[in-house]
Amino acid sequence: MSEILDILKKNARTSLEDIARMIRSTPEEVAERIEAYEKAGTIRGYRALVNEDHLPGERVTAVIEVKVQPEREGGFDRVARRISGFPEVVNMYLMSGKYDLLLFVEGGTLREVASFVSERLSTLDGVLSTGTHFMLKTYKQDGVLMDGDKVDDRLQVSP
Amino acid sequence: MSNRSQVAAHVKALPFSGIRKFFDIVASRKDVISLGVGEPDFDTPWTVREAAVWSLERGATHYTSNRGDPDLRKAIAGYVARQFGTTYDWEREILVTVGVSEAIDVALRTILNPGDEVIYHEPCFVSYRPSIILAGGVPVCVETRREDEFRLTRDMLEKAVTPKTRVLMLNFPCNPTGAVLGQKDVEDIADFCMKHDLLLLTDEIYAELTYESKHVSFISVPGMKERTIFLHGMSKAWAMTGFRIGYACAPAEVSENMMKLHQYAIMSAPTTGQKAAAEALERGDAAVAEMVAEYNRRRNYLIAAFADMGVPCHTPAGAFYAFPYIGDLGVSSEEFAMRFLEEHGVAVVPGDAFGQSGAGFLRCAYATGMDNIREAMARMTVFVDGLRSRKS
Repeated sequence: MSEILDILKKNARTSLEDIARMIRSTPEEVAERIEAYEKAGTIRGYRALVNEDHLPGERVTAVIEVKVQPEREGGFDRVARRISGFPEVVNMYLMSGKYDLLLFVEGGTLREVASFVSERLSTLDGVLSTGTHFMLKTYKQDGVLMDGDKVDDRLQVSP
Repeated sequence: MSNRSQVAAHVKALPFSGIRKFFDIVASRKDVISLGVGEPDFDTPWTVREAAVWSLERGATHYTSNRGDPDLRKAIAGYVARQFGTTYDWEREILVTVGVSEAIDVALRTILNPGDEVIYHEPCFVSYRPSIILAGGVPVCVETRREDEFRLTRDMLEKAVTPKTRVLMLNFPCNPTGAVLGQKDVEDIADFCMKHDLLLLTDEIYAELTYESKHVSFISVPGMKERTIFLHGMSKAWAMTGFRIGYACAPAEVSENMMKLHQYAIMSAPTTGQKAAAEALERGDAAVAEMVAEYNRRRNYLIAAFADMGVPCHTPAGAFYAFPYIGDLGVSSEEFAMRFLEEHGVAVVPGDAFGQSGAGFLRCAYATGMDNIREAMARMTVFVDGLRSRKS
C-alpha cells in the first residue's frame, strides 16, 4: 500500500507538511497525490472514529443475519442492493455459512431497530429469515481499542 | 570497622554510566517529552504477550535447560538461517541469555586472557568499555567520525591493531549514532579479522531496523562464522526489552564455554521470556515490518527537521537514533541537553555519554510517537535559534 494511504488510515488529520517530512516529499506533491486518490475513489472519505459509548443518549446497533433466496439471474446482488439502500444499514457483507447477508444496523432506540427488522427487512421479497443480535459494548473498532488509555511507563532516559 | 574498602579497587575505579547522571535529573521533572529513551515505544505485539500469558497459565514457570529452551533455540536457528543465511546447530552453537548485555559479558569473559586487547568503536553503547575491563581485557578505542557517517573503516582498524589484539567488538546498526555498514564495509572488516586472526564479537541487536538498505550481517561472509560470536535479541525489533531475552551464536567450543559461565551465574534465561521469544520469532515478522515502517517515517521527519533548522545530521540509516551535531552552537552537549530540558522540557542525551568522541553531538531517539517528535522539534527550533542569536 502507498505510504500516504497508510499514514492517513492511521490518522487522517496528519498535515500535508508532516506527511511530506515523513516520506521525504513536498506538501505540494502530497496534496496532489491525495487529490488523485480522492478522484479515483480510492479514498472515499474522512471521518472521526468515535467511541459511541461515551456519548449521552441511547444509540442502538444490531447485527442481523439474513437468509435470502438467491435468484436465477443475479444471485444475491439484487436483493442485497435493495437492503443496503436503507440508511439504517451501516455495514453489510455477503457471507459463507449458515446465513447469507450480515448487516450492521443502527437506530436511535431498540424499538426503531426492531420495527426496521419486522416491517421493512423481513417483508422484502427474497428474505427468508432474519436473526437479530443487539450490540452491548464496543471493545475495539476498526483496529482501535475503545477502552483504556495507554500510559507510557518506560524510564525517561535509558541507554 | 576497619579502613579497608568494602568494594574491590577495580570496581571502584569503574565510572558510572554517563547516562545515569542525566537520568536522575530528567526523572526529577514532570511532563518531559523524552527523546532519551533507548527502547521502543510500541507495545510488545499482542500475540507475543498472549503466548507469555498462556505459558504461565500452563505452568511453564521452572528452569529451562541452561542453554535455553530447545523450542526457542530451534526457532532462533530457523530465524537466523532465514534472515542472515547462516545455519547454526541449535544444540551446540546457540546460547540464550538475559538480553544481549549478558551475552556481551559472558562472551568477553570466555574469550579474553588477561591483557588481551579488544578493539571497539566509540561513540558506542555504554557497557562496552566496562565489560571489556571487567573481563580482564584492554579496551582499544577507535573513534568513528561524522565525515564517515560513523562507519568504521579498515584504515582505522589497521592503525589500532597490535600483536596483542585478540577481539574486534562491533555494534552496527549502531546505538547511539544510527550508523550502518554496507556490504563492502562488512567484507573489508571481515577480511581484516581474518588477516590478523581476530575473533569478532558483533552485537547486531538492531539488525531488523534499517531503512536505506537491508542489514548485512558479518556471519553472512564466507569464513566468518568460524571466528564470530554473533549477538542478537528480542528487545529492539520486537519491542520486548522487559522480557530480557538475547542470544549468542558461536562456534561450538566457544558456545560451550560461554555456557559454563552462564550456567554458574544465571542458570537459565527467564522462562516466560523464552516462551514469548519463540512466538515472536515464529510469528512476529508482520509486527516488526509495521514498526519499522513507522520508525522510518519518524526518522525522515527528524532528518527534515534538523535540515530545516540548519543543524547538521548525517543520515542515520539504522536503529532508532539520530545523532545531530550541535558543536558549532557555542555550547557543549551537556549544556545543550541541560538547558533544553530546563527551558523547553525536552530530554535528549548528550553525545559524550557514549564516549568522548560523542562530544558536540546529541542522541535523539525516535522511539516515541509522532506528536512528541513534532513538538520536540518545534521546541528545538526555538532553542537553537535562541542560541544562534545570542552567539552572533
